[in-house]
Amino acid sequence: MDTRNDETQPARLHTIISGTADRLVGTIFLLPTVLALLFLSIFPLIASLYVSLTKFDIALGGFKLTFVGLKNYKDLFTGSEGTHFLGEFAPNTPLTWTVFGLIVIALAIFLARYFLNARISIGGLIGRLMLTLGLGLSSWMLVHTLWNGGRLGTASITLVYVFVGIFFQYILGLGLALLTVQNLPGRRFFRVIFLLPMMITPVGVAYMFRMLTDTSKGPFTPIWQAFGLTDFSWVNNPWSARTAILIGDIWQWTPFMFIVLVAALESQPTEPIEAATVDGANSWQIFRHITWPSIIPVSMTLILIRLIEAFKIVDLPNVMTNGGPGTATQSLTYHAYINWRALDLGASAAVAYMLLFLVTFFSMIFVNLIRQQTVETL
Amino acid sequence: MKRWFQSKSINTPSPVGAILSYLVLGFWAVLILFPLYWLIVTSFKNSGQVNEGPFYIPFVDFKPTLDAWKYILVGDLSKDTIRNFTNTAIVAPISALLALIFGATAAYALVRFEYRPRVGAILTFIGCVILSILLVSAGLTWQIALVVSFVLFFILLQTIGRRFKRALGNNDIAFWMISQRMLPPIAVVIPIYLIFQQLHLLDTYTALIITYVASNLPIVIWLMRDYISNIPIELEECASIDGASRYRIFWSIVLPLAVPGLVATFLFVLVFTWNEYLLALFLSSAKVQTLPLTIAAQNATRGPQWWNMSVLILIMIVPVIVIAIILERYITRGLLIGAVKG
Repeated sequence: MDTRNDETQPARLHTIISGTADRLVGTIFLLPTVLALLFLSIFPLIASLYVSLTKFDIALGGFKLTFVGLKNYKDLFTGSEGTHFLGEFAPNTPLTWTVFGLIVIALAIFLARYFLNARISIGGLIGRLMLTLGLGLSSWMLVHTLWNGGRLGTASITLVYVFVGIFFQYILGLGLALLTVQNLPGRRFFRVIFLLPMMITPVGVAYMFRMLTDTSKGPFTPIWQAFGLTDFSWVNNPWSARTAILIGDIWQWTPFMFIVLVAALESQPTEPIEAATVDGANSWQIFRHITWPSIIPVSMTLILIRLIEAFKIVDLPNVMTNGGPGTATQSLTYHAYINWRALDLGASAAVAYMLLFLVTFFSMIFVNLIRQQTVETL
Repeated sequence: MKRWFQSKSINTPSPVGAILSYLVLGFWAVLILFPLYWLIVTSFKNSGQVNEGPFYIPFVDFKPTLDAWKYILVGDLSKDTIRNFTNTAIVAPISALLALIFGATAAYALVRFEYRPRVGAILTFIGCVILSILLVSAGLTWQIALVVSFVLFFILLQTIGRRFKRALGNNDIAFWMISQRMLPPIAVVIPIYLIFQQLHLLDTYTALIITYVASNLPIVIWLMRDYISNIPIELEECASIDGASRYRIFWSIVLPLAVPGLVATFLFVLVFTWNEYLLALFLSSAKVQTLPLTIAAQNATRGPQWWNMSVLILIMIVPVIVIAIILERYITRGLLIGAVKG
């Protein structure tokens, strides 16, 4: 872009070109991305939807897809695949009724407030009804599979991984980011160290944690022995196995939260903080009223990205526990992977689509309710 | 006594605060470094030393050996390692850079311009995609099916597509983009394989780069959208009044001010593409295999080869760490200071 040539060149041609370019600027900036996404997304999306409605067989010279309608989906909600996917439901007890009742009341209040206060639109109404229904159903599932004799299905296990994992990753990431944007000698050293876990390939992290958690040859063996736990294997207890996987997940993905928040905190203008200090605000007030509002948008994006990625967790359970004990640590992607390995591509695609529904549901809630409200009420 | 709790300037903590900060930071650093230390130690062990129990300190607990390093770097596996390392080093930075360029422009466009894609046009498009798939499954070659549906799409767009007044906004576009990452890779990998098989691009850099760029674009866009919307619009208005074109504003005002975000985002995408496993497994067979495949291959029939795996993981993270150290300095405060006043 050499502007000095402007005068020597024929002026009209130049203005025509730049005029057209200026008018098309929106298209030029966005089009490559849209095309790239269309190229690699529409076809796989539709193709796997079709596969999920078929039965896959190896046939002469390739494979054969037989259309079976919604059978793969029906299987997911009934029989042995049903227990695998949804979990084993325990009978009702007063405790489950109480917890579920409280959740229903909370949802009812949420709906009632919408009817009483806001302007009601069709889109908003449908969205809120779907939200209430979805949350109600998933809490019904969780209440009955979490306690007294119930067994978690892959859907609930995935939800546990996602929400527990993201909660800790965000809190830890934010805390560490706030500490390392302070003017401390050596903070750059810490920043680079804190980034390390994210840089290891996920498969590698999984194998590393399998090494570390080994109770007979891992580095913590003396500790296990001191507590008389040599015969105990964390792999045999559902919750200890899940905890081990969650620790691996948190270890690996806290850096992601950390570095984006550091970048956000660092690009904050300092004038408001200076002004607030002059006015005598303490550091909590500064954080609450200046720093926090300015990092909310980035935080929401971060959580959304992690939400989407965390639903696809597969390497850690696959390598660390092989999904065991039983199916206790299997995530939905792992469930799809098992069907896929068994060459039941139809069932695998059906699980993948259920995962897609779940992710879409939770990200819609997140984007439409939480993100918009927090970003708008600043 | 009081000065122990008082900070000297805004961003400098009080002495007590500094000590507490160091304690927390140090604790987390140990949590991060210990697993990595264990990797390094394991890479100098042989199979006996790994299996007989935990040995912690080389030369004290056990006699370190270079067997695994030799095996990977100069021995049997060296040809594979070097080839796959080169492939990773070519594919990952190129994809990350392309994703950053396209993603940053798209993010800027989504922040500053208003788009109103018509619902009618979108429905027409989806209809034509489904039509072309039906045509292909009915026996037509995909080239003809594509041309037919393209023609039909333009005809319908000019006629029916314009009748629907309802339109979507920028946020819907952004959500559509991020939703492209929602399907688990295991569900999309076979269709993507089929696409590149039809284009005769399997086992090429092109296939890997296109896939990586497309799959990382949504993340770039979402992250950059927030960084860019934090840049004061006054700056762009001033430049616009001074006669700068949109491209010039983007290039010489927006991009320089978004450097911390750009650098952080580039690092992620680099890391994601550097470490990607499943797509690489399907799209490469021999020539363009990447390093994560070599690591997974160490889980042989005799059980995981921990020592080889450790060496490979270490080899893989060194380049990324170097890049992170170089780039970290750009993620710093103060790029916006005074910009609005000036």
